[in-house]
Amino acid sequence: MSATHVPHPDLPPPSSTIGALGWLRRNLFSSPLNVALTVLAVYLLAISLPPMLRWALFDATWSGDSREACTANSGACWIFIKVHFGQFMYGFYPEAQRWRVDAVVLLLIIGAAPLFISSVSNPLKVRLGLGLLLLYPLLAFMLLHGGLFGLTPVDTRQWGGLLLTLVIAGVGMTAALPLGVLLALGRRSKMPAIQTLCVTFIEFWRGVPLITVLFMSSVMLPLFLPTGMNFDKLLRALIGVTLFQAAYMAEVVRGGLQAIPKGQVEAAAALGLGYWKTMALIVLPQALKLVIPGIVNTFIALFKDTSLVLIIGLFDLMNIVHSATTNPAWLGFSTEGYVFAAAVYWLFCFSMSHYSQSLEKRLHTGHKR
Amino acid sequence: MPESSPVSPLAPLSGQVMIEMEAVHKWYGTFHVLKDINLTVQKGERIVICGPSGSGKSTTIRCINRLEEYQRGRIVVDGHELSNDVKQIEQIRREVGMVFQHFNLFPHLTVLENCVLAPIWVRKLPRKQAEDIAMRYLERVKIPEQAKKYPGQLSGGQQQRVAIARSLCMNPKIMLFDEPTSALDPEMIKEVLDTMVTLAEDGMTMLCVTHEMGFAKTVAHRVIFMDGGEIIEQNAPQEFFTNPRSERTRLFLSQILHH
Repeated sequence: MSATHVPHPDLPPPSSTIGALGWLRRNLFSSPLNVALTVLAVYLLAISLPPMLRWALFDATWSGDSREACTANSGACWIFIKVHFGQFMYGFYPEAQRWRVDAVVLLLIIGAAPLFISSVSNPLKVRLGLGLLLLYPLLAFMLLHGGLFGLTPVDTRQWGGLLLTLVIAGVGMTAALPLGVLLALGRRSKMPAIQTLCVTFIEFWRGVPLITVLFMSSVMLPLFLPTGMNFDKLLRALIGVTLFQAAYMAEVVRGGLQAIPKGQVEAAAALGLGYWKTMALIVLPQALKLVIPGIVNTFIALFKDTSLVLIIGLFDLMNIVHSATTNPAWLGFSTEGYVFAAAVYWLFCFSMSHYSQSLEKRLHTGHKR
Repeated sequence: MPESSPVSPLAPLSGQVMIEMEAVHKWYGTFHVLKDINLTVQKGERIVICGPSGSGKSTTIRCINRLEEYQRGRIVVDGHELSNDVKQIEQIRREVGMVFQHFNLFPHLTVLENCVLAPIWVRKLPRKQAEDIAMRYLERVKIPEQAKKYPGQLSGGQQQRVAIARSLCMNPKIMLFDEPTSALDPEMIKEVLDTMVTLAEDGMTMLCVTHEMGFAKTVAHRVIFMDGGEIIEQNAPQEFFTNPRSERTRLFLSQILHH
């Protein structure tokens, strides 16, 4: 006698585990502790959110162009931001020339847009990205600084506000990442001279506070230079920020390099690939993908650390908002100013974080089945 | 795989020497892992190396493409003696394919990209031509339909066949197999061995570290037994399995054949 095995049919899951109700059960009310936390969170929101919204939105003053308009309402005075907006964005960049800053931003958006379109092929993206990396800084500098093609020169001392923040962060990020990768590779090199050099560099720059680096670059460096020789304060800050962040980046990248199994390098070697090709084609693409969270973490830290340039008298977004709050005509509106600055910083940092998450998802090929 | 009939009648080999290992010694620190290895492999010859773990089998074949350094002796591959010159090592590696126990496919690249990578970047072939060659070899290992997938989406046996195709795309003169079926489920071992048998039928020079004695019997010209970093015994499979000369070999065979 032989019994034929009849497979058990697939049944739908219990209704309490699916849909909105299932979600609520699973995520908000799964245990007594979870219920208590949910109730507490709702209570905290209920007491804190209404006054915040009242101050920022409902009781705020939106129209008018002097501080007198704000006396009627108890909420925020956004006129303060409106009046200073140009200054917050461009610093002391001459008003007649501000179109050049807009053009630089527009160029970047147009140039970088294809990199975010999924239908553009990857090899083309790489070529475009590299081209942009080489060409754009030159173009942006020529437009911003002027002095060529009949453009009025605008000294870097006049750059400020969000423009300056973006310049420092942008240069810092694009220069610190490749430099960090080289330092990380160097630190893992089998050649003792290169290894020692990289370790010394990393440990030195990681061991000093950024504020010290900036201070030394602007106060001490001129003492060592021959008299009469002087180079741009912004440039010195850029170099300081870049070297400082490259040291951090190197350690982040090294973490990724260490996570790549030895078999990957052996397989590449067995195929006849040399060191640089193995690194560029096999190891780094995997290692960098692994440490995207760490890289973005460093980028976000760098973006916010740009505010430290106020110590050497550069007027980045933070410093220019701060100085506007001390303007005698607009005393008493520092809350509005700092809330605005925080919102701008948050917007940029959150965008970076969000983009990195989508990038991670898109590049994930490892265990997809 | 039919065990009774060998793949091709073991025709007399051409006599042309492909690999020559002469008195090779290797140490890991103070540990002497390879002791006086002498081995000559002719063109088209198929050799199976077996032995207990830690006996130096893998290390021996990894010396041939210089994934491992050795401290004494000399190795000549296809007329070129291995040296410390990086360029020359890379030159030799192009002609020597290697298949690993854990496949070592590149997880961030598709199957096709895995296969065309070295032909494009090392052999400098145009992409189109490299892709044609890759598809031909993927067909030969019977998985052309997986070309656009990532290694993580394939089964172990499929991954190992891709790894074989990837090596073949470089058109190597010698293939080294380092325990190619040891990490596979029993169901998948056969598909990989079948692929290796077809390769043997084409007259590829092969060195296989494996415990698949059925494979050794059908395919190999010679079986080598290693223990403690030494070659204990080598013979034609028929002789080797029915009439082992050393006591150590007999013990090993009884352990792997009767359980």
